[in-house]
Amino acid sequence: MTEKPLRSLDRERAACAEALGGCRLQAFWKWFAWLHDRTGINLTIFYDPFDRHRFAEGFLTTVELAATCIVFSLLIGVIGAWLQGSKLKVPRLIVYWYIQFFRNTPPLVQLYFFYFGVGALIKGSAVGGVAAPLVSNFAWAVLSLSFYAGAFNVEIFRSGIEAVPRATIEAASALGYTRIRAYIHVVLPLAFRICLPGLNNNLVNLVKATSLAYAISVPEMLWVSSQIWSDEVNVPEMMITLLICYVALVGVLVFVMHRWEKAMRVPGFGAAAGLRS
Amino acid sequence: MSRALKGSGRHLPFTAAIPQGTDLPVLLPAAARAAGRAAAERGFGFILPQLKLQHGIFLVVVFILAAGVAEAQNAATHPSIVATLLKWTPVLFGGFLFNLLISVLAMAFGTAAGVFLGLAQISLLASVRGTARFITHFFRNAPWLVLLFFCMLLLPFQVRILGVTIPLPDWIKATFGLALPVMANVSEIVRGAIQSIPTGQWESAGSLAFTRRQTIWMIILPQCVKRMLPPWMNLYAILAMDTVLASIVGVSEVMTLTGDILAAENNRPELILPFYSYILIWFFLYCYPIARWTVRLERKFAVNM
Amino acid sequence: MTPQQGPPIVSIRDVHKSFGNFEVLKGVSMDVSKGEVVCIIGPSGSGKSTLLRCINALVAVDKGTIRVADYEVHNLKKDKELLALRREVSMVFQQYNLFPHKTALQNVMMAPIHVLRENKTEVETRARALLKKVRLENKADSYPGELSGGQQQRVAIARALAMRPEIMLFDEVTAALDPETVKEVLVTIRELAEDGMTCILVTHEMGFAREVGDHMYFTDHGVIVEHAPPDEFFANPREARTREFLSQIL
Repeated sequence: MTEKPLRSLDRERAACAEALGGCRLQAFWKWFAWLHDRTGINLTIFYDPFDRHRFAEGFLTTVELAATCIVFSLLIGVIGAWLQGSKLKVPRLIVYWYIQFFRNTPPLVQLYFFYFGVGALIKGSAVGGVAAPLVSNFAWAVLSLSFYAGAFNVEIFRSGIEAVPRATIEAASALGYTRIRAYIHVVLPLAFRICLPGLNNNLVNLVKATSLAYAISVPEMLWVSSQIWSDEVNVPEMMITLLICYVALVGVLVFVMHRWEKAMRVPGFGAAAGLRS
Repeated sequence: MSRALKGSGRHLPFTAAIPQGTDLPVLLPAAARAAGRAAAERGFGFILPQLKLQHGIFLVVVFILAAGVAEAQNAATHPSIVATLLKWTPVLFGGFLFNLLISVLAMAFGTAAGVFLGLAQISLLASVRGTARFITHFFRNAPWLVLLFFCMLLLPFQVRILGVTIPLPDWIKATFGLALPVMANVSEIVRGAIQSIPTGQWESAGSLAFTRRQTIWMIILPQCVKRMLPPWMNLYAILAMDTVLASIVGVSEVMTLTGDILAAENNRPELILPFYSYILIWFFLYCYPIARWTVRLERKFAVNM
Repeated sequence: MTPQQGPPIVSIRDVHKSFGNFEVLKGVSMDVSKGEVVCIIGPSGSGKSTLLRCINALVAVDKGTIRVADYEVHNLKKDKELLALRREVSMVFQQYNLFPHKTALQNVMMAPIHVLRENKTEVETRARALLKKVRLENKADSYPGELSGGQQQRVAIARALAMRPEIMLFDEVTAALDPETVKEVLVTIRELAEDGMTCILVTHEMGFAREVGDHMYFTDHGVIVEHAPPDEFFANPREARTREFLSQIL
């Protein structure tokens, strides 16, 4: 008999809590509107729902772009490193020229090359008279930046693999490991620990390079911010927010990579910090 | 030989441990090389380019191919690709020199500021050290393009000093914007070089009663100059290539000029690749000698050290 | 070589020093008279080099007192005071630590000119005389990179002498040299000692210590286990630990 009233009570409580939570969030946003009225610091990305949504989307696009590029560039790096170890000359040459091209030209020019150069060659099918592009500009950005970072990754992985002495691989095959098994269980774990510092460096550069996608109108953080500041005329606030966001993003990545580096460290062989007198 | 550790000497700076990439002794030689390079790159904040003559040849080949293909696509009524390129070369070259000017100025300002920032990073006052470190990491973690925008939009279009109004045109603001990451990178180069000087030098200078300032300026920094030169020159090569970023913020340099020229030539698609590879060759011709000189300097200093 | 009578010029009382959690010096006391040659021996990690560095304040002590001439080293904090101390006490290091970007002559001349602010021509004359004393007058314009280990070490000694110190500290100065060059450095130090310089040496050269030293100190694990004049020290070591150490190295 007491069930029905309790359930409705619960529902009421839940509704109240939601309203209260929503209220708190609203209060938080409203504080920035008050800040604007009081001091003129115009952070519309907080109190204006449209701008807030836009900026959040932009931030997420940057994160998405960075994450996708990281994944693809790692893949390209692994494949490239493997191809570079091939016995045939052709794959080795292909990888060599790929690396030289992407290492020694500015990434912006590479982006233009892909978007304007290659993009002009790939024309989309006409739908209703309007040619829809086959590849979106986000995709071009991912392609270009992944190849850019991938070129460095190939070198990093290659140097890591080469650092594993032949004797270790011989020992593995003497124990009965096949080539692939030895690669997976012995070579890669060791090579990876050596690669990690260089890889960290490269990934940080990649996250910073995502801002270049602005040049081909990918709606990432910088592009969205430029829209916002031309609408709301609050350039200083947006620039500072932007800088803080990028620095924070890179900072988080660096932190995660450092923790990973530390976790991967093999215990028992500390650096000789002998305190001899 | 005992090493002075942090906090043990009142007047000795932090000891720099050369970072170890791995602690596994079996991997030490190669790993140390890789780790050293990674540390160097981490210290310098960017990946070091390796320009070789083959790349120049490659670019020329691409250029010739592109020009050849474009020529083939060229309608008979239009002048040849080469003629078009030659017609616009003076304008393009002017734009290119402008890029070089921006790079030289940005490097000069950035280096001057960076040296002091780097010295501040090894200051004995924790507040100075912390601030310098924060500024360095802040400007190193921010993308170059964002910093460019920052300066373009937030620097005033003219500034009054001592009653004189100095206009700040776009390209000066872009120069300043490029100088900021240069400053941060130079700061890290300087700090890394100072910390790579063995503590023995600090100890012997200290035991000869040199003040800290004398030690830094007369003994440590002169030895650092050699070590800093190769990464500093690499930084310049990267900066020279990245001046094209200024085209995004509207500065009229070689990339924007190329875009304008292509528009003036009615946006013929066959001209895109020849023009851009033409520009790339110029950049290569400028950066390649710097790269070779850097490699030679590195070799020379490695032997002497 | 003949210590003078009177109060000791260096007086160390109950000095403790830790690096992080590791205690290097656990209560060391020592007296050195003017003109005395003191040799400190002991196994690696026993605190010998740290002790030397405490004497000229390259390392700050945690507890205890160090008095050098008129200076209370443990109390010195200001730059000026430390610099004044370091004019009285000069140190020569195991790794020579010459400034590689200056010639031998410039190395010797630098400190008197920039620290003591003496006249350049006077300093040059004195520097050349010092280089002559260590038998390197014809290497005055060579860079450290062009000199052998023994030659570099002798330049380092000349450089330390240019400051006209009262006390010289030598931190295992022959340990990084090959046997032939060790002798030339030891000869230089012996001449210094015979001229009446107060020397505190950390060394492994037992023969030299026995010949030139006035007093021997044996340190182990941060304490001074035993000290005695060399004849007594080497012939009749009192402590078992000393006997063990001497049997290993002699």
